Amino acid sequence: MAKFKLMLITGRSTKQGAGISSGKEYRDYEEATRILDMNPVDMERSGLRDGDTARITTGLGSADVTCRVADIPEGLAFIAFGPACNNLVGDETYASGMPDSKHLQVEIARVIPESR
Amino acid sequence: MQVDHAVCAFCGCDCDDIRVTVEDDRITQVRNACVLGKAWFMNHSQPSDLPVARIAGSPVSLDEGVEEAARCLAGSRYPLVYGLSSTSCEAQRTAVALAEVLGGCIDCCTSVCHGPSGMALQGVGEPTCTLGEVKNRADLIIYWGSNPGESHPRHMVRYAVMPKGMFIPRGRKDRTVVLVDVRRTASAAAVDMFLQIKPGKDFEALWVLQAIVRGQKLDKTSVEETGLTLEQVNWLADKMMHCKFGVLFAGQGLTQTRGKHFNTSAAFLLVRALHQHTKFAIIPMRGHGNVTGVDNVLGWQTGYPFGVNFSLGYPRFNPGEFTVVDLCCRNEVDAAIVVAADPVATLPARAARHLAAIPTIAVDTHESKTTKIAHVAFTTCTVGIHVEGTVYRMDNIPILLRKILSSPYPSDQEVISRLLTRVKELKAC
Repeated sequence: MAKFKLMLITGRSTKQGAGISSGKEYRDYEEATRILDMNPVDMERSGLRDGDTARITTGLGSADVTCRVADIPEGLAFIAFGPACNNLVGDETYASGMPDSKHLQVEIARVIPESR
Repeated sequence: MQVDHAVCAFCGCDCDDIRVTVEDDRITQVRNACVLGKAWFMNHSQPSDLPVARIAGSPVSLDEGVEEAARCLAGSRYPLVYGLSSTSCEAQRTAVALAEVLGGCIDCCTSVCHGPSGMALQGVGEPTCTLGEVKNRADLIIYWGSNPGESHPRHMVRYAVMPKGMFIPRGRKDRTVVLVDVRRTASAAAVDMFLQIKPGKDFEALWVLQAIVRGQKLDKTSVEETGLTLEQVNWLADKMMHCKFGVLFAGQGLTQTRGKHFNTSAAFLLVRALHQHTKFAIIPMRGHGNVTGVDNVLGWQTGYPFGVNFSLGYPRFNPGEFTVVDLCCRNEVDAAIVVAADPVATLPARAARHLAAIPTIAVDTHESKTTKIAHVAFTTCTVGIHVEGTVYRMDNIPILLRKILSSPYPSDQEVISRLLTRVKELKAC
């Protein structure tokens, strides 16, 4: 499957925030931090459908996520803070202490069930 | 028993109007709190079956845990004290003393949330106000790079948008509310105007607004790379200049995007420039319940809000050198104590791997990804539920948290104090 390029932003979601208190080992938190919001046009172009599992990759690592259609501009994708996005965020802080947690250039490709 | 005016210390709103029902030393009902607050009260008040201390996963006594943790820290050449955003100012103060005795670094969650805002206020100054002033005076509210509907669910309702105030008698009807972001978030439904800028163009948009506020005439080509039209930026600048009291709430959309402290500096400079026209303030949307407190404690004790190093016997500040991501990703620190934070779950994977590879001491109220990799893990009680303490709201207002329930566990401050005493003995201070 060809890889499709997106700009990834990360942030807080209510379910992710509540999961901090209820426990990061629980399913609700794990699911909340592995949902990738995508524009429907990007989803179609990349051969993905709502609910598909996709692999996001940067030069530093990869994470498997569940794609979800969302009201988000073309070329942009959103994922809540959590273990998945931590694998993608770089370690360069450009003398600020802050890594680039938003606007990451990522590649995304559908995970074919047989290849998982 | 009913406890009125309990404080939710989950996020930087630190709402102090929570009504909690207690039955048989357990919280059974939480009123007035948002979904995040209810989750915080209900889950932190559950009895825990964790041992008070563990070494390499095996239960030990508190004394044994303190001895092992103190030995690891005292024997370290370059230790790190990190976290502290969800504990009391009293514990934070003790942690600063521990970092000084160790001659290591102390950093807090600020470095990965609003560190760039701290750097901006050092360079530009901080035109600020309290949330009480926002409630009573602000007729223009701008959220920039923030999604309060999900990150701070009561911010709009309790402080900035809905409440009626002394000079805002009709509440929501007397305010104009604007959201600036790269995507239409849940918060967009609650504002009068949503302005969608291009990703990574916050600095340019803020600079364009400052130019207009300073009297420059711009054409449409000057603003098009921001993703906004000339009409939109002129409308926003006009609203800002002609409001009676405006407030810009700055989110992590500014601090975590390329440009970082340049973005926040541009926001602070815009607000400063607006004072040629009207009253205006800027408040960072702080995430954790006492991350503002740790900035204050570090500020008054060392002169710097985060990323502080004591290797030379006096405090030095250098983001990018003494900050947690850099210290861990460069494999520099050889031991760490993490208090009331979960860096293994929140930092880049390379930093998390380094914390797992060195002797890490975790002090937390519940099991986390960091306690699981820790060489020594302490279980503590929750400030604001089991022990009293002080936190700072996002507008730098200190709030006293009260004890609601009893707990068999020690407080964060008690554990850190015992470590401090023992480290001093081992280092013969």
